[in-house]
Amino acid sequence: MIENKGRPNRLGVVGWLGGGRWGFERYMYTLHRVTGLGLLLYFLLHIGVTASRAFGEQAWKTAMGAVRGPIFTVGEYLVFAAFAFHAVNGIRLGLIELGFAIGKPIEPVYPYRTSVDEQRPLAIVVMIVAAILAVVGGFGFLMK
Amino acid sequence: MRDQSLWTWHLAAGAVILVLLGLHMVIMHLAAIVPLASSVPNGGEPIDWANVVVRAKSVFFMVTYVLLLGAALFHGLYGLRNILFELNPGTGTKKALSGLILAVGVVLFVAGTLAAWVGFTVARGA
Repeated sequence: MIENKGRPNRLGVVGWLGGGRWGFERYMYTLHRVTGLGLLLYFLLHIGVTASRAFGEQAWKTAMGAVRGPIFTVGEYLVFAAFAFHAVNGIRLGLIELGFAIGKPIEPVYPYRTSVDEQRPLAIVVMIVAAILAVVGGFGFLMK
Repeated sequence: MRDQSLWTWHLAAGAVILVLLGLHMVIMHLAAIVPLASSVPNGGEPIDWANVVVRAKSVFFMVTYVLLLGAALFHGLYGLRNILFELNPGTGTKKALSGLILAVGVVLFVAGTLAAWVGFTVARGA
């Protein structure tokens, strides 16, 4: 069980979302959480809807008929875009966790350098790739 | 130590989801720009019953549905648990939350697996 004995999250819910002056990567972290929670909510509902196929053709058609229309198509596209960002940013987080793309350790000699400068190019690449996937996926949804 | 293992499983589940959900998205939603045989074997849309039955008969799809279900439930619910724990609730609340999240995950996994299995056997018998 995680015990936060040192510095508890005194900001509460604001601490979940606010990035303050912590930079671009902190807001990517917030977006990662928001998209993750959105995907989880959709997934829990998706299990319920798609389980209808176990009850046969009519149950499946009724379930699919209930989630058809432009509002659901837009919603599904948002789920796709959230997946695109969450997946590509997840790869970035995995790479950083494994020690890639953060630069080599250096002596703390003034003027100090921050590893954020080393990490920033990967963050920019992630946003570009996620945007490309979201646009390409958008065409896929439009052509449905 | 336990949380370190759970975190490692969280990352491993993420890698599984990356592959399987990516495939799922392409098959179910991007058939128009990435045509795969599994999307619309009988024409029409991927969600048309005739196409659903073809996928439901496949051992590959049955196994990967269950794998994706388990990986996504674990990844998502463990992530939710971490977010909630950031509010630093008391030990009793943490245990109650962990128990509730685990129960929801197990119930949905069993229900989803059952649906995949019944769909598989019904489609094979059809």
